[in-house]
Amino acid sequence: MIATLTRARRTVEAELIAYKRTWRGTVISSFVNPVFFLSAMGLGLGSLVDRGQGNLSVSYLTFVATGLMAAIGMQAGAGDGAHPVMAGIKWRKEFHAVITTPMNPGDIVVGRAVWGTIRLTFIMVVFTIIAGLFGAFDVGTALMAIPPAVLTGIAFQTSMTAFTATREDSTSLTTIFRFAITPLFLFSGTFFPIANLPQAFQWIAYATPLFHGVELVRKIALPGIVPPDVTTLPIWVHFAYLGVMLAVGITLAARFLDRRLRP
Amino acid sequence: MSVSAPTRITPVGKMSDFRAQRIWERNLLVYRRIWKVIFTGFFEPVFYLLSIGIGIGALVGDLTLPGGHIVSYTAFMAPALMATSAMNGAVMETTFNIFFKLRFGNVYQGMLTTPLQPRDIAIGEIGWALFRGSLYTGVFLLVMWVMGLVESWWALMTIPGAVLIGFAFGSVGLAACTFMRSWQDFDLVSLATMPLFLFSATFFPIDVYPPAIQVLVQFSPLYHGVELLRSLTLGIFDPSILGHIAYLVVMGLIGATIASRRLDGLLRK
Amino acid sequence: MTENLVEARGLTKTFGSFTAVDSIDFDIRKGEAFGFLGPNGAGKTSTMRMITTVSPITDGKLTVFGMDPTTEGRDIRRRIGVVPQEDNLDLELTVAENLYVYGRYHDMPRATIRERIDELLEFAQLTDRRKNTVESLSGGMKRRLTIARALINDPDLVILDEPTTGLDPQARHLLWERLYRLKRQGVTLIITTHYMDEAEQLCDRLVVMDQGKIAAEGSPSELINRYSTREVLELRFAEGEQDEAVLRLDGLADSSEVLADRVLLYTNDAESTQRGLHERGVHPEQVLVRRSTLEDVFLKLTGRRLID
Ligand SMILES: Nc1ncnc2c1ncn2[C@@H]1O[C@H](COP(=O)(O)OP(=O)(O)OP(=O)(O)O)[C@@H](O)[C@H]1O
Ligand SMILES: [Mg+2]
Repeated sequence: MIATLTRARRTVEAELIAYKRTWRGTVISSFVNPVFFLSAMGLGLGSLVDRGQGNLSVSYLTFVATGLMAAIGMQAGAGDGAHPVMAGIKWRKEFHAVITTPMNPGDIVVGRAVWGTIRLTFIMVVFTIIAGLFGAFDVGTALMAIPPAVLTGIAFQTSMTAFTATREDSTSLTTIFRFAITPLFLFSGTFFPIANLPQAFQWIAYATPLFHGVELVRKIALPGIVPPDVTTLPIWVHFAYLGVMLAVGITLAARFLDRRLRP
Repeated sequence: MSVSAPTRITPVGKMSDFRAQRIWERNLLVYRRIWKVIFTGFFEPVFYLLSIGIGIGALVGDLTLPGGHIVSYTAFMAPALMATSAMNGAVMETTFNIFFKLRFGNVYQGMLTTPLQPRDIAIGEIGWALFRGSLYTGVFLLVMWVMGLVESWWALMTIPGAVLIGFAFGSVGLAACTFMRSWQDFDLVSLATMPLFLFSATFFPIDVYPPAIQVLVQFSPLYHGVELLRSLTLGIFDPSILGHIAYLVVMGLIGATIASRRLDGLLRK
Repeated sequence: MTENLVEARGLTKTFGSFTAVDSIDFDIRKGEAFGFLGPNGAGKTSTMRMITTVSPITDGKLTVFGMDPTTEGRDIRRRIGVVPQEDNLDLELTVAENLYVYGRYHDMPRATIRERIDELLEFAQLTDRRKNTVESLSGGMKRRLTIARALINDPDLVILDEPTTGLDPQARHLLWERLYRLKRQGVTLIITTHYMDEAEQLCDRLVVMDQGKIAAEGSPSELINRYSTREVLELRFAEGEQDEAVLRLDGLADSSEVLADRVLLYTNDAESTQRGLHERGVHPEQVLVRRSTLEDVFLKLTGRRLID
């Protein structure tokens, strides 16, 4: 276990080096985009919603900001598990190089998950502070919702890694983003309460991961929020769902990556 | 009658001289293999439309537009999504795809050893982006109609309208693409398109903004695209529509001129 | 009088302040195979690119088929086939599609192109690869496909920039044979190369370029006669003995070249030179007698070797 973590650290170090080259993209996605999103969705659209006919128990800015924490986690995590992994396997082939050292495919998966946790935590802290400045919520309480948001992201990252490891080309990645990630983003309660969906779709939503991430973040960050803006499901259900997803994700990712890199 | 002397005129602008369609033939061959990616691309804006129609639309309810018209939020948003998708499609096609062809594999350098010229490539690639964009627009319009969001026959004109938006953004995208050096520069593309998407009176009417910012919004090309399509789908017209069209035409022409010139310089060293 | 397909007078190309091609003159006659020989950076590719009209000329005069590349580039390109130094195949297309789109770029009717593709795939020995993606081809196959592509429009003039780099010896000979066949059909060829044997085999006439200038011009045998002797002795010495031996070679041959690993003696009578070596007590580890080649011409003209 210790050995795995030490080796995983090598992956983290390698990522950190690559990160120095791509920092500009990160600044844009983690600082600039949240500011833009919160002001457009929270303030602009929020002014319409708050004077509109929907009766949310919190302001729309608050509602969206908490939803976005989980959704951003999903987007970043899924992104991390897709094209960079395909590049490691197929395009730049650095994973093939890595496994000629004492590192195993499993070490790569764990290492990338650890790196993802660091990166996501950083993104979330920045987002939470910015949203706090916008007046979305009390930053102190909201910071406690960061672990579930990061958990959501890593669960997606590892599951997506498992999926990518079984795919031949990037077409399938485009497809899964279009037919899984985008619909999840739009229909998991980030932008409007699940209760607005037709009953059948609500059941489907319960089965999907981002819904649990969004619920978890809201229930922790906003102690005052009440149904129907959130469901009555207990918090442990959400944790259990995401925890199982992460465990399955890591296991499958390690197995599929191993199969792919050492056929 | 004078006897015509053997002249040596560079044939510019003659119809027989039009060669951009050769680029389309090539792209068609490529797309025949990856049609699935193209096809599934239709769904993305539709998902957005559904999400707004079912969820956010219910939160917002009806809107009163600056002119006093009352419309549902979904009907308000739909043309904005259409314009945004026309913008994104054109920008993606002319930046990502063309950057690849320009900087890797020297595909264009090869083409230029045949009768093709840089201008043919510029027109061909922009035209292709427009063609693809109009397909997406057509499908989106169909979905809008099914959802009962089309108020007027003028809505059919959104197809040429979206082509115009694609032209404006595609030309500028192509021009920008010639200045890009690495994949990292694409961060700047999203740095430009993201705020345009969020702040071009897409999600909410322009009068939500403070007056000073309203002036700023009017500089946004996407604002003009959104307003153009919105008046077409809602069937609400005023003279400002001419301004929107003019803005987009001028922007497209400037972009195409720069792109054509820059391509020439890059390819014919 | 033979017709000149390409005429250059004072042809010059500069990149910024750097002069890549420095006021060169040459004529390429219809039906001949004309070579540009020279070391890296000599300006061969820059010259080729001006002839193919994709690189604007900086100064001087250039005509191709009697036309001006600046204003009539399109009509010139209609009649030429180009094999660039670096393959620029369309990676998003298959082998056959690469040929097909180039046919279309040349405005050829689809049916004609299809027939032509079959012939050319045969020519390039790629028939069983027609549906493969270009990515999956080996380097030599890509080169052959690039050459086939240059022939799709049945050109009068084919410009080949280092056509055989990356080919194995068998493929090189095959390509020479194909090029020879083209020449017999009346196609004019312009070839750049680093390989002496290639130039000697293929070219009727050639120019030797160095640092943007033409150092010599003529047929391979003319150049050898003019600038070199009939035979060459290549001497290799044991480790550390060369420097000392060189001092004793003075006046033994018409001329000599001292290279890092060997000494070349130019002579018209190899036997007597060899005897001279003996008399002076010079004992190389290895002595090789061979005919003079263009390599020697080049060495003579520039003091450098073609391929380092
Ligand atoms: N686009 C360019 N910009 C600046 N300099 C250039 C450019 N193209 C070529 N050069 C320079 O011009 C000189 C001649 O280059 P060219 O490619 O013509 O040589 P070459 O004879 O084909 O060499 P090689 O045998 O290596 O292919 C070189 O010094 C090269 O660096
Ligand atoms: Mg060269």
